[in-house]
Amino acid sequence: MSEMKLFVSDGNPHCLKVLAVAELTGVKCDICHAKRLVPFLSHPVRPVLLLPCGQHLFKANPICLYFLEVSGRDVCDLTSQWLEWEAAELQEATVVDIVLWAALYPLLSNSSFLPDKLQCVARWFEQVNALPVCQTVAQRVQQQKSLESLKRFLQKQPLPPARCRNAPLCNRAEEEDAEREMTDEEIQAAGATWSRGLADRPTPAERRHPILPQEGKRNVLITSALPYVNNVPHLGNIIGCVLSADVFARYGRLRGWNALFVCGTDEYGTATENKAREEGLSPQEICDKYHAVHASIYKWFQIDFDHFGRTTTEKQTEIAQDIFWRLYDRGFLIPDTVDQLHCENCQRFLADRFVEGICPNCRYPEARGDQCDKCGRLINAVELKDPQCKVCKRTPVVRSSAHLFLDLPKLESQLEQWLEQSMSTGNWTSNARHITRSWLRDGLKPRCITRDLRWGTPVPHPDFSGKVFYVWFDAPIGYLSITASYTDEWEKWWKNPEKVELYNFMAKDNVPFHSVVFPCSLLGAQDNYTLVSNLIATEYLNYEDTKFSKSRGVGVFGDMAKDTDIPSDVWRFYLLYLRPEGQDSAFSWADMALKNNSELLNNLGNFINRAGMFASKFFEGRVPQMELQQEDKRLLAQVGFELRQYIQLLDRVRIRDALKCILNISRHGNQYIQVNEPWKKIKGGDEDRLRAGTVTGVSVNVACLLSAMLRPYMPAVSATIREQLCAPANCADAMFQGAGSFVCTLPAGHRIGTISPLFQKLEAEQIESLKRRFGGQQDEELRTDYKHAACSTSRSRSWWLTLVLLFQGDRVRALKAQKAEKTLITAEVAKLLQLKKQLAAAEGKNPEPSPQKGKKK
Amino acid sequence: MALMELASLEKSLGFKKANKYSTQGNNKTPILQSNKGAPLIGLVTIASHLVQEAAQPELLGRTAEQRAVVRQWLEYRVTQLDGCPKEDIRSILKELNQYLEDKVYLAGSDFTLADILLYYGVHHIMADLSVQEKEQHMNLSRWFDHIQHYPGIRQHLPLVVVLRNRLYTGGHH
Repeated sequence: MSEMKLFVSDGNPHCLKVLAVAELTGVKCDICHAKRLVPFLSHPVRPVLLLPCGQHLFKANPICLYFLEVSGRDVCDLTSQWLEWEAAELQEATVVDIVLWAALYPLLSNSSFLPDKLQCVARWFEQVNALPVCQTVAQRVQQQKSLESLKRFLQKQPLPPARCRNAPLCNRAEEEDAEREMTDEEIQAAGATWSRGLADRPTPAERRHPILPQEGKRNVLITSALPYVNNVPHLGNIIGCVLSADVFARYGRLRGWNALFVCGTDEYGTATENKAREEGLSPQEICDKYHAVHASIYKWFQIDFDHFGRTTTEKQTEIAQDIFWRLYDRGFLIPDTVDQLHCENCQRFLADRFVEGICPNCRYPEARGDQCDKCGRLINAVELKDPQCKVCKRTPVVRSSAHLFLDLPKLESQLEQWLEQSMSTGNWTSNARHITRSWLRDGLKPRCITRDLRWGTPVPHPDFSGKVFYVWFDAPIGYLSITASYTDEWEKWWKNPEKVELYNFMAKDNVPFHSVVFPCSLLGAQDNYTLVSNLIATEYLNYEDTKFSKSRGVGVFGDMAKDTDIPSDVWRFYLLYLRPEGQDSAFSWADMALKNNSELLNNLGNFINRAGMFASKFFEGRVPQMELQQEDKRLLAQVGFELRQYIQLLDRVRIRDALKCILNISRHGNQYIQVNEPWKKIKGGDEDRLRAGTVTGVSVNVACLLSAMLRPYMPAVSATIREQLCAPANCADAMFQGAGSFVCTLPAGHRIGTISPLFQKLEAEQIESLKRRFGGQQDEELRTDYKHAACSTSRSRSWWLTLVLLFQGDRVRALKAQKAEKTLITAEVAKLLQLKKQLAAAEGKNPEPSPQKGKKK
Repeated sequence: MALMELASLEKSLGFKKANKYSTQGNNKTPILQSNKGAPLIGLVTIASHLVQEAAQPELLGRTAEQRAVVRQWLEYRVTQLDGCPKEDIRSILKELNQYLEDKVYLAGSDFTLADILLYYGVHHIMADLSVQEKEQHMNLSRWFDHIQHYPGIRQHLPLVVVLRNRLYTGGHH
């Protein structure tokens, strides 16, 4: 029995069970806190019992029962032993008690958790808890560190999936649609608020650069994940990062916060080097070219950055090297050597999937760099026999080179402490919490921060000269350096955690770098850096009915959106309407047309246009006299409620949900006009005419509120409405104060301008032709085969396409070798050519002149 | 589903008369109402009980170690496999595939109750896999094919086709 090893971890209540039973039965085993993985499991688990035969037991209860079974009982007669064991009811009961006690320990050790009603449970718990074995092992698991260690363990565990699935998801939709009954008090209060009017609120100050944190203001620093310079951004990238951040920044400015919104292009790395070689330009020239492409796309989408910078600057070198030295001096960087395959011909280190060779285990000739398909074993690429570069088919060489690793395990406890605080006080989307917890649960490992490349921030240490920083270390420092390019006083933002709230926007694949890795760099540097307090991650946006299309080069790219003749505001609206908040969503042309025609044209646009037209047609372009009746005040109450909802939601960065509030208001407004029929009443007597005036006046004011609420979402439309209504500059500011209040901003007598329609219908033919132009000829088979391999970042798209292309090439060659039917081969060749075109598009190259695709860069 | 399984298990074990079961809770946990003593609750408990009744205790393992391994996979079936969310299925397949790399049966070289219940549990997943995916999980597929052809085990379940020759030799995925 002495060869048995029991692996436990601190603060894990499951370890209590087995330790307690081991204690109870007197079974002897070595108890280790060392890290050991069960070879076949994908996640580390505790407790683990290594049996003398070499098998791993990784479940606590079977381990408990096993201990019982081997604790000195006669094991010669199996059947009787099993029965005897089962018959030992007293012991059975004890095991059950102990297992339950252990599971409930974290909760019940704090006696205040139990309501008085559960006295029996409390008594039972005390009894079991008082057992000497329980006392001993509780101390061993906690290592004298009290309950805190248990709490930390539990917080790292992601929520059990079952609970996530059963959680009520759709109740909100019902609530939204349900007509909310307004109480009399609410209706009277809405009337009172309305009549407060604009009073004499000062006009909000113009934005003055540079924006710096101010005393007594809410200082909000907003970043969006830095797009990689090598690719034209996709709609998915736009909604995931820059557009979401833009809406929030605009909203923050409306709310009177002191907000700074920075972003820029991420420019270093292998991909840029390769690209430069292909196009015969220097890496810097490539970056200059594509930086301009990005900037112009975001301009078209009206992304209102305070500064849109780039990572290839002197500031980047200065700040990255400073952080490097601080980490180095504090012992958070550890040197190690790494063996890698290097293709002399392609002049680069090869990623695992770009090498093929003979499997060292089973001699299968086409083993990949990470795994052999024949024997299924994992392979280290350098162990392959006769390795081959998949791009040029030549033989790569093994190169060993010294690198530096960031010692994440050493920073783990600091990180956890900070995360606990940040997550409990800030806004973290649930996917961000979940992903972060999974990372912590699986344990952090040191991460290499250097690369053998030229195009990057140089590592300043003389022993590592000629190397550059790995992009994941370097790129997030871009946020700091881009701010530094914007203002010399950048440290007021970035070394000011008490006064600055930092919001990071990204797609979910970027979460670990922002929640774990980058904070560790900053924590280790110990320079009072501002760490992220709100981490907003979106899920993925799919294209049409296709999964994971972003990576396949199908769909709409930022530079093509403007060629569709659909206004930028409508693009913004539709992308925000289906912003993947909480779950994936899908872009669809037909749905876009539907939403444009039903929500924008028939609902929102129709209401605002009617309100304005009544005023200009029936009342000579002036806001008429209003005498509010109960019915009008009810509308004010409904609108006020939606406004407060909108503010609550946007304060919590629920961008998509808040957009629904706007549409609800115009729906209420349309109903209100429909019921009151001002176009008929205007022809009636004095009382009817007054009624028509009141309804028109209230409607015009609702339209004015809508212009303010639309400002973060559709800035151009919002400005047009303001212009048409000649709305005062301070009206948005007034209504967005505090929890939000709907006041009369356009009083009787106010003169409005010329009213014209805001939106245009999207016709079915137009949509059909766009659909044909931007995809839909995808190969069904490839779609299913590769959906799992697909990744979301634009950076990996061309990499991914290369893989698919290789595969398709093999398929064509195989068919030809088999002398397959000609039509079949022709079809596969067509797919191959299509893929080549996509790859070219993904890399921003000019594809072969093609008849059906017009615009490409 | 658990009830179908227990009925099949009874047949495999050679029970002449079928027991009566009911279920409880959202997860439809099976309950065996017996005329002697308290009812038994839970798939693993009932299945182990049936094996005992059928006097085939070797299906629960021949040694203390093997019994522990069998219990562990039975628990795995109930806690990890059942009600597993879609996105975790792949990691479960991967784990099983890796575990089975050097084993004939879950408990090593002896056929046990763990094989039967895990076979029932993964059947619907295996039935949905493409030929290529089955090939990617070679060890699991081999085990699965073996168990479904084990005399008397398949019972109510349709046969899942597992190809023995490889189709995707070049597979770059």
